[in-house]
Amino acid sequence: MSQVIDDDPRIIEFDVRTDEMLVNMGPQHPSTHGVLRLVLRTDGEIVSEIEPHIGYLHRCAEKIGENISARQFIPYTDRMDYLAGMNMNLGWSLAVEKLMRLQVTEKARHLRVLISEMGRIASHLVGMGAYGLDLGTFSPFLYAFREREKILDLFEEACGARLTYSYITVGGLTADLPPGWLERCEAFLEQFEPIIREYHALLTTNAIFVKRTAGIGVLSPDMAINYGCSGPVLRGSGVDQDMRRDGEPIYTAMYDGYAFEVAVMKDGHYPRDHAYPAVPADAVLGDCWHRFFVRMLEVVQSMDLVRQAIDQYSACKGPLGEPVKVAEKIPAGDVYLETECPKGQMGFYLIGNGSAIPWRVRARSSSFSNLSVLAELCHGCLIADVPAIVGSLDIVMGEIDR
Amino acid sequence: MVRSGSCEAAASVRLPTGVACETQQVMGDKNMRGPAFLESLEAAVPGGVVGTNLEAIDPWVEVAPAAVADVCRWLHDSPETGFDSLQCITAVDWFEPDPKKAAKAGWDPHLELVYHLWSTRARVSLVLKTKLPRWKDDQPGVPPEVASVAGIWRTADWHEREVYDLSGVVFVGHPDLRRILCPEDWEGFPLRKDYEMPLDYHGIRGR
Repeated sequence: MSQVIDDDPRIIEFDVRTDEMLVNMGPQHPSTHGVLRLVLRTDGEIVSEIEPHIGYLHRCAEKIGENISARQFIPYTDRMDYLAGMNMNLGWSLAVEKLMRLQVTEKARHLRVLISEMGRIASHLVGMGAYGLDLGTFSPFLYAFREREKILDLFEEACGARLTYSYITVGGLTADLPPGWLERCEAFLEQFEPIIREYHALLTTNAIFVKRTAGIGVLSPDMAINYGCSGPVLRGSGVDQDMRRDGEPIYTAMYDGYAFEVAVMKDGHYPRDHAYPAVPADAVLGDCWHRFFVRMLEVVQSMDLVRQAIDQYSACKGPLGEPVKVAEKIPAGDVYLETECPKGQMGFYLIGNGSAIPWRVRARSSSFSNLSVLAELCHGCLIADVPAIVGSLDIVMGEIDR
Repeated sequence: MVRSGSCEAAASVRLPTGVACETQQVMGDKNMRGPAFLESLEAAVPGGVVGTNLEAIDPWVEVAPAAVADVCRWLHDSPETGFDSLQCITAVDWFEPDPKKAAKAGWDPHLELVYHLWSTRARVSLVLKTKLPRWKDDQPGVPPEVASVAGIWRTADWHEREVYDLSGVVFVGHPDLRRILCPEDWEGFPLRKDYEMPLDYHGIRGR
């Protein structure tokens, strides 16, 4: 009998009784993606309980929003998900436009699609690169940042900023694209497309990467919905939901005339319109590998949308339209709008009372809900798997703490 | 390549009420599910619904504070509604510190909780509101109480902690109600309209 146990090293290792220990990860831990503190209750190598402590980056964004006009709040949205500032600007702008019953010009609509999908690529590149870093491989991070740099260069040309853009704003965009921008954007896409194969070779199909992610941190669809998960975390569990398709008309109208397929596994396979590596045999729907893979598919999907947006935008004649005045009054009433940001569904709730300054501003953060499922995912996992699970959720603390 | 329609509009246009801003709401449904839905909600939780506004941009249902948990449980469990996802819980402090403005405000000071629900199957949303007193038994500093929905949607766990932390609402039945964004020894509720930043916090100047 003891012979059998001796042959399996895992059983012996797990059979050793140790004292319970509290291990503190963060708030300055490189794998926690910002200032997140995790307190782990461990029994040997096994995590029995995990308690996230957040709030280190709390800047009272909602309170600030009650003291400035709706358009002045745009720069504060940049600082929520600071890796996808364009998408945050868009979410807030659309929420205010919904309350003001404002419709932007066709040209502004297509430019918004173009810019926000570029923002999605940039955000997913950071998510991918940093995830490699979490799992102990440095090079994907450099490859990802090399390409992201080019997107930031394009953004810088368009609006002058590299991180906190405030480019998309209430009523349109602050400026039109400079001459030659579209050509440079197309050249970037041309150059970027073959590189995605390299990413797949570096990470997606890498044996070590698959070993670290496949079957780890499995999130069931019901649990994902119950915890309010969204974005790639939800789609990685096989729930077919994308606000760009299923959201409110004011948001889905932005994507009218665009063809895209939601990156989600249906009937055992992902959308087949792109070449992608096969799902490894060990991967289970809802695990870290699938969450990562959905992001990689969305990069390709966003590239396709950017190409469509370039065509639509260049076909548009006429001016871009002016954004609203900084002190524009917003009508009384309340609206809630969720948009599909790279990290998930970002919701803005806004109450106006007839003056320029909103009565109440509420930001529903996607990473906030995505992180809350962590305790459930890490129950009974190994300490070494904690960074793998946290990284697969792709959180941004700026958005969680606001 | 799919081509969209005209690109002629020269500037952003203001839409008349009710155009293009139609929301995917159960209440605003065109095939008359709205009133029928309200009737079945009334039947399931008698006295639960105390008011509605179907003309708002996001139509909402106002629920009695004591019925919040029952209404939410029904909305979550009932197969015809199936609101399996809670998007957001917001507390709004309806209080005007300036007495001159308060006289013209048109509402009595109160606290409002707003629940945004979403059904992933039907892809519709629903807005629930409930009114609470600003302070329990009019004792300033004692937060009002309402039943927790953390047992129905786990999203509510952290969202209720945040509402408690920033707006001061105690959720009865919450598994672990403590501050989430502010430090544990923070005093007061920052999103209240009459909140004043402390002068000093562990030697750090507040104002």
